[in-house]
Amino acid sequence: MSTSPLLSVEDLRVHFPVRGGVMLRQTGSVKAVDGVSLDIKPGETLGLVGESGCGKSTLGKAIVRLLKPNTGHIRFEGKDITKLGQSSLRPLRRDFQMIFQDPAESLDPRMSVRTLLEEPYVIHGLGGRSDRKKWVNELLDRVGLPAASADRYSFEFSGGQRQRIGIARALALKPKLIVCDEPVSALDVSVQSQILNLLVELQKEFGLSYLFIAHNLSVVKHISDRVAVMYLGKIVELASAEAIYRDPRHAYTKALLSAIPSPDPTVQRKKILLEGDVPSPIDPPAGSAFGHRIKHPRYEETIGMGLSLREIAPDHWVANDPCCVSEADWKTLQGQALSPSPA
Amino acid sequence: MSDTEDHILEVDKLITSFETERGLLRAVDQVSFSVPRGKTLGIVGESGCGKSVTAMSIVRLLPQPAGKILGGTVLFDGHDLAHASDREMRRIRGGEIGVIFQEPMTALNPVHRIGRQVSEVFRLHTKMSKREAWEASIEMLEHGRIPAPEKRMMDYPHQLSGGMRQRVVIAMALACKPSLLIADEPTTALDVTVQAQILDLLQRFQTERNMSTILITHDLGVIAETCDEVVVMYAGRVVEKASAKELFSKPLHAYTKGLLASIPTLETPSKSVLNTIPGIVASLGEHAHGCRFCQRMGRTDRQSRERPRFEEVSPGHWVETCPHCYQP
Repeated sequence: MSTSPLLSVEDLRVHFPVRGGVMLRQTGSVKAVDGVSLDIKPGETLGLVGESGCGKSTLGKAIVRLLKPNTGHIRFEGKDITKLGQSSLRPLRRDFQMIFQDPAESLDPRMSVRTLLEEPYVIHGLGGRSDRKKWVNELLDRVGLPAASADRYSFEFSGGQRQRIGIARALALKPKLIVCDEPVSALDVSVQSQILNLLVELQKEFGLSYLFIAHNLSVVKHISDRVAVMYLGKIVELASAEAIYRDPRHAYTKALLSAIPSPDPTVQRKKILLEGDVPSPIDPPAGSAFGHRIKHPRYEETIGMGLSLREIAPDHWVANDPCCVSEADWKTLQGQALSPSPA
Repeated sequence: MSDTEDHILEVDKLITSFETERGLLRAVDQVSFSVPRGKTLGIVGESGCGKSVTAMSIVRLLPQPAGKILGGTVLFDGHDLAHASDREMRRIRGGEIGVIFQEPMTALNPVHRIGRQVSEVFRLHTKMSKREAWEASIEMLEHGRIPAPEKRMMDYPHQLSGGMRQRVVIAMALACKPSLLIADEPTTALDVTVQAQILDLLQRFQTERNMSTILITHDLGVIAETCDEVVVMYAGRVVEKASAKELFSKPLHAYTKGLLASIPTLETPSKSVLNTIPGIVASLGEHAHGCRFCQRMGRTDRQSRERPRFEEVSPGHWVETCPHCYQP
């Protein structure tokens, strides 16, 4: 790859214990993120799509270290932050921030907008009172809120305006990476487009990188340079946004794309209707999770295969899974010498 | 409006208000539309536009005692529901009109088994015995493509996934073969692949039974794929109404145009600037008498202060003809 990545994730696993019985002994684990590797370059947006419960939010939280991963590595600008404790993480947190789906829940209703936006500076001991006041006004202006908003409370604002406050707060410390977890899912379409435009502008202005997590594929396509498709804790396909949508190689990506309703009644796309739901991550199938869902005849072969990502075309990675790629692609993948993972 | 024979439901100048501390607030302001028999009518609009209140007014499930229908008629098969007795409404709801809500968990009782809840519909609306109702319920779940229906009958709602729960709710709503189904955001809480399954299921039921549907959603993609007719609501009023084909290819109202242009599709170039609609929807208490989209745009001239007429500008295509917002 040309530039060195800002963030690099290598074989990351986040498992949550499941406890049961009288003694609350651990009876199993939810494999929310199960061996994920990816890179985010400076100034790039990596989209992350998948259905609910596939582990995309857990992955986002682990990347900004709001969760502690079990194994694997997260490197931010080359520095391994996987095992850092809270005190050594704090100075680094300036560089990676997060925006949440529901800003109402992430903004303390008892704090005025000014207090909310000053808090990051106070925590990091930046500037005096007058500096902070100036910075807060600049932030509000940058996200398109009137300066008078500073003295109001977050609940006085509409959903879109609240998301602007959430963005302002994430921007306060001039981060390099922002993990956006479903930032527009709760908004109406006309407001959604305002927030998407703002995110694109800010990225250009500050050279930000985004990990953009969403279940709306059209939105992800719009904002992303590259897209990773996640299914049951694993990334099954990773390519440029354009390639993923024009030429999806994984059966799950194809099904996902065909399910998007098109806002044009003259377009009649052929739908791939999937049976059933996403299997439970507590007891995932031993082999290809998607192969299991579609009851693929070659499912048995995939048990114990690993199903790691392989490069099927330049910068187009797909899981090495006979159930989910076309026969031609499968042959190509088998013909390859073992190539390294995209990380 | 056109003759009754073609339409299962005709809503005419419906007015629904809520009594609040700030006085009587009109959530639905003279809304008119009709649902052709065997067809799907979509109601689209942003949160707070009154689309759900319209639906709840039709089946008279408004929050009590605050919600009141203050005017207009709701003719269902020639019979006015706006003035029907509560007893009559109980017979019609779940019988001739089925209703599905967004969040299936709120429509299901968490402490009763699925079987009891589905068979209750048959017990209430037909003269079936317990046993017959139970058998009919299994058959209904099977129709709803629920795997192993006998086993599911013994489950509690929390044991099912979101998609399965919505299938149960659909099975309940359709149990008595209603001639009209009202689905309020039936797929909003679901993943796209599950949404596709549910929409497919609804369409299959509709063609099998020649049922009519009112589909309420904020998702223009869902509207385009499933609806024959579309009603666009803004701030309690219908601003435009047309066939789906016409509405998507030739929108005439500025709000419809703005809405259509704001959604990114797979075809829009990446990171291009999306259209936005400036301003925000005024809150219920601050709705203008005049054109409400002009109000959002900050226009205050004499023309925008007058209530725009809702007119048929070409066959079947109705639009609020505000001089600013009507843009042929």
